[in-house]
Amino acid sequence: MSDEQKGDGLISVFIDGNEVRCKPGTNLVDLVDSVGKEIPHYCYHPKLSVSGNCRMCLVELGMPGKDRATGKPMLNNDGTPKVMFFPNPAIACGTRTSPGMRIRTQSEMVKKCREGVMEFLLINHPLDCPICDQAGECRLQEFSTEYGKGYSRFIEQKVVKPKRTVLGPRVMLDDERCVLCSRCIRFCKEVADDDVLGFVDRGSYSTLTCYPGKQLENNYSLNTVDICPVGALTSLDFRFKMRVWFLKETPSICTESSVGVNTMVASREGKIYRITPRRNDEVNDTWMSDSGRILYKEIEDENRLTGYASQGAFSPPDAAILQVQKYFESEKIAFVGSGGNSVEELYLFNRLSRAAKSVGNYLVSHIQEGDELLISNDANPNTRGALSVGFIESLPETELPDLASRIDSGDVDTVIVYNEDLIVAGISSEQLAKVDIVYFGTHSNATSEAASVVVPTLSVFEKAGTFINQQFRLQKFLQAVPGPDGLIDDLVSFSQLLNHVEPDSGPLETVEPIWAELSKEVSQFNDLSFNTLSPEGAQLDGAAFQHLPFCEGKTLHYEPAAETVEAGT
Amino acid sequence: METVDIIWIITKAVIVAVALLSFSNLAVLAERKVSSWIQGRVGPNRTSIPLIGSIPVIGTAMTRLGLFQPVADGLKLLLKEDPVPDHVNKFYFFLAPVAAMMPAVTTIAVLPFGQIISDGVVVPIVLADLDIGILFIFAVSSLGVYGMILAGWASNSKYPFLGGIRSSAQMISYELSMGLSILPIFMWANAPGADSGLNLFSVVQHQQGVWGVIFMPGSALLFLVSIFAETNRLPFDMAESESELVAGFNTEYGSFKFGLFFAAEYAHIIVGSGVFTALFLGGWHPLPFLSADLLPDGLLGAAFSIGIFLFKVCCMVFFFIWIRWTLPRFRYDQIMKLGWTMMLPLAIVNLVVYAIIFAFIDG
Amino acid sequence: MAIKELKRKPLTFAEKTYLPQIASGLIITLKNIFRPTITLQYPEERPEIPEGYRGVPTLVKDPNGREKCVSCQLCEFVCPPKAIRIIPGELDEEGDSAHVEKGPKEFEIDMLRCIYCGYCQEVCPEEAIWLQDEFSLSGYTREELIYQKDKLYELGGTLPDNHFKWDKKKSAEEAGNPH
Ligand code: SF4
Ligand code: SF4
Ligand code: SF4
Ligand code: SF4
Ligand code: FES
Repeated sequence: MSDEQKGDGLISVFIDGNEVRCKPGTNLVDLVDSVGKEIPHYCYHPKLSVSGNCRMCLVELGMPGKDRATGKPMLNNDGTPKVMFFPNPAIACGTRTSPGMRIRTQSEMVKKCREGVMEFLLINHPLDCPICDQAGECRLQEFSTEYGKGYSRFIEQKVVKPKRTVLGPRVMLDDERCVLCSRCIRFCKEVADDDVLGFVDRGSYSTLTCYPGKQLENNYSLNTVDICPVGALTSLDFRFKMRVWFLKETPSICTESSVGVNTMVASREGKIYRITPRRNDEVNDTWMSDSGRILYKEIEDENRLTGYASQGAFSPPDAAILQVQKYFESEKIAFVGSGGNSVEELYLFNRLSRAAKSVGNYLVSHIQEGDELLISNDANPNTRGALSVGFIESLPETELPDLASRIDSGDVDTVIVYNEDLIVAGISSEQLAKVDIVYFGTHSNATSEAASVVVPTLSVFEKAGTFINQQFRLQKFLQAVPGPDGLIDDLVSFSQLLNHVEPDSGPLETVEPIWAELSKEVSQFNDLSFNTLSPEGAQLDGAAFQHLPFCEGKTLHYEPAAETVEAGT
Repeated sequence: METVDIIWIITKAVIVAVALLSFSNLAVLAERKVSSWIQGRVGPNRTSIPLIGSIPVIGTAMTRLGLFQPVADGLKLLLKEDPVPDHVNKFYFFLAPVAAMMPAVTTIAVLPFGQIISDGVVVPIVLADLDIGILFIFAVSSLGVYGMILAGWASNSKYPFLGGIRSSAQMISYELSMGLSILPIFMWANAPGADSGLNLFSVVQHQQGVWGVIFMPGSALLFLVSIFAETNRLPFDMAESESELVAGFNTEYGSFKFGLFFAAEYAHIIVGSGVFTALFLGGWHPLPFLSADLLPDGLLGAAFSIGIFLFKVCCMVFFFIWIRWTLPRFRYDQIMKLGWTMMLPLAIVNLVVYAIIFAFIDG
Repeated sequence: MAIKELKRKPLTFAEKTYLPQIASGLIITLKNIFRPTITLQYPEERPEIPEGYRGVPTLVKDPNGREKCVSCQLCEFVCPPKAIRIIPGELDEEGDSAHVEKGPKEFEIDMLRCIYCGYCQEVCPEEAIWLQDEFSLSGYTREELIYQKDKLYELGGTLPDNHFKWDKKKSAEEAGNPH
């Protein structure tokens, strides 16, 4: 039966004799990967152009033979198509599938090819693994154990190349370890649009360098470290800090902007060592910004709040929460939330504001200049979360003149602030002094200093939750490290407060029960729950908010709706 | 009685008691040394007293022999912290070690351990030359079990309790055969005409020619086994059996109170060995068929006789230790079985046989 | 297969009395008394340490006095009781060992945890950690028995080197390329 007859647009290819159905033109490396096998490769990267220079991916290919004269398929005696294998191996990364293609990934010839390529790659490779940061996640290590010879025949002196070359403020290069795959070059050119890297010299003396007078300093430079299959490019921040095999990886979401870049947070014993991108083809492909990678440093910042305080004096958590309850009795209470908080937190915060009969809910907008790649104009990662749970109805503004006038007129005498600085949001310190402030937040600021009660909260790395990014994609993050000693999860504090003002609200101290409520209350969230949410996230229906003039411009996988752009500009 | 006499008696009593306790201390050392020899080790050979220990040859030798070890051991037991568990019955808990120690020290009073010949009359060296000596010894030494029972009960915990129960059952079982086994010897000593009653001195004197162990090996064996059982020594150490009961009746004890139990055990061994020596090994008579009468008159002879007696006691103590490191412990039921179905019938048979023999001889 | 019942041999009368057995036992123990003792008078007499003995893990220097450990942390990873703690650091760009780039900033082994398994020695790619013949440790506090880098080097001393990997590398670097 021919492929066209099946009518699903798929074709059959045969990997090591097993039939696989795929789209015509699929890259062989990806195809073989998708059936759980591996074609070792260095230079191929699914998100970069194919350069085909490492030759590690050599496989044997064959096609069903056709009679040249008649154009009819050649058949064996038993009626099966006669397969003609090419005499020479071909690179899988440069090959796309066509109907009836045969691929041998384990044949003798393929094994010999790999051994040969490995041997050449290792000829000049230094014996650096003990001091190499890549060790443990190094393709060269993995493939030499799996496909290499196991010993070296090379007794001549190795080529010496520069080590410890600083390529830019965040990246260091060790040329001896480079396998000349050119992934880093292609990345800079194709993705970061900052074509600064290139090879000089020839043969085994080929060396990666920066163009003279330039530096690898764009905000995506650390992606070259991620995609470098070996330890040639290393991150100056992570260099020699910790071996990768000690690191526990937790999926998380970058809070740098509303793009919602998917990340992996690597920690050991409660300390974060690095953040790397996590592949999500709908959001960030396999990239993330350099500035997003250092956000973890904030949790050890010196103005991190680590203790509960009431009237400026240290207070045990329970007593602080009791204090907060008192302020909730005020008739003129306003709530200021933050777009940096998770959907769950904003939901509870909203429930609280309703239960306390809030006279006004505010969110502060933080506009920044995006880079049209992975940083959007909105520095709040969860503006759409606040809209979805109903905490706000219209888009937030950078300043809160409405709140200011209400304070002045005496309409508001208590403000519950969640992770925002009211001074930055345009409230003067005189106005602050007129009201009682309860501050929930991770870091201290002018508002927390003016606050009557300060409840320290957890950062995104220390709790679980979800954000809704600019595409209305719901994405979850998990707890990577424990919070500072003695800190209670925000959700627990909120739930306790809520139980106080609304005694039948039940326990909502973790994300699961909150999601049970959310999926009932908010139509967008129907059928969703935290545990079943896939790592790639879930696309929500944002139609209800489509009319709002969101501030984001174009980024990697995001096109602003046409009328929004008009409205926004 | 005059005051002087009383003071003299008290002095003698103190000397004998102190001597007994020192001997029991030495017996502990002997135990450690002998056990280490049997096991191919060297035993305590480090403890030294500053000045004496540094005397060239003698000091070193004493150190190597471990002669200072008992001092260190004693001091250690005295100075250690003495915890008293909360759950014990305090009064009996404190009483128990005393109750264990008392009988051992008391029985020594009627045990003659030498003779002195003054003006041709042979007088025993003994604190109290009672006519009912052996009865007194049995009566008092069987009080020793109260120490263990009290300790076991007052400790209010399961291992001591089991230890106490076992030891009392064992004592009762073996007391009978012990009493029966020595009756022939008194029948022998009380041949018609001799009116020595149950006096130990006269039994010893009666062995001038033939030692009891030669004439009555059966009685000797039964008695020997019984005193092993009575002193709770291996293979009869049911009361302690450290592999089953942690430390048996004295599990909850520490420091000085434990020391008392410990000393009492060895004092019992020494007294037991003394009684055996007096009853079966000819007391202070140097050799079988060789009477002590040839010892010189006066103090010199007395010293000799005491020396001979002590030598025999030492051999017996060695034997105790030797047995301990040779035989494994019996099971509890085996001990009971042995006591009631073997020892008791044998003792009765033994008694009957000798009674018949004596009847024939005398008849 | 048929079951064959083995009958216990009945005891003879002599055996039933136990006495001959006890006597022969006594003779055996008596003989033992006169055997030579096998005790080692420990602090004065030292046991002979056999080759391959696994004593305290120590860090060693190469014959040129360079610390061999490059803080690859493999030993820390492999150590079953997690006795090893390393904080890696970068070596001074100026010093003699600059070409090695990496070395331990802190290296501690908790001797209270160490089980002397020797995995660390086996895994070390630089032959920098060795279980040598030191076997008696003592200290008054737990902290004292967490040996720090200097103590480990003091215990380890210098061992012969067969490779001089880094020295060769340095000289190659100095010779440069015949380019
Ligand atoms: S790049 Fe890989 S193979 Fe080369 S030294 Fe580093 S870890 Fe070893
Ligand atoms: S530095 Fe890394 S990514 Fe760049 S060419 Fe060399 S091996 Fe490839
Ligand atoms: S394995 Fe060797 S080189 Fe690596 S850290 Fe341990 S001692 Fe140092
Ligand atoms: S010898 Fe074993 S337990 Fe001790 S430090 Fe080495 S690996 Fe750890
Ligand atoms: S991956 Fe195909 S040639 Fe490099």
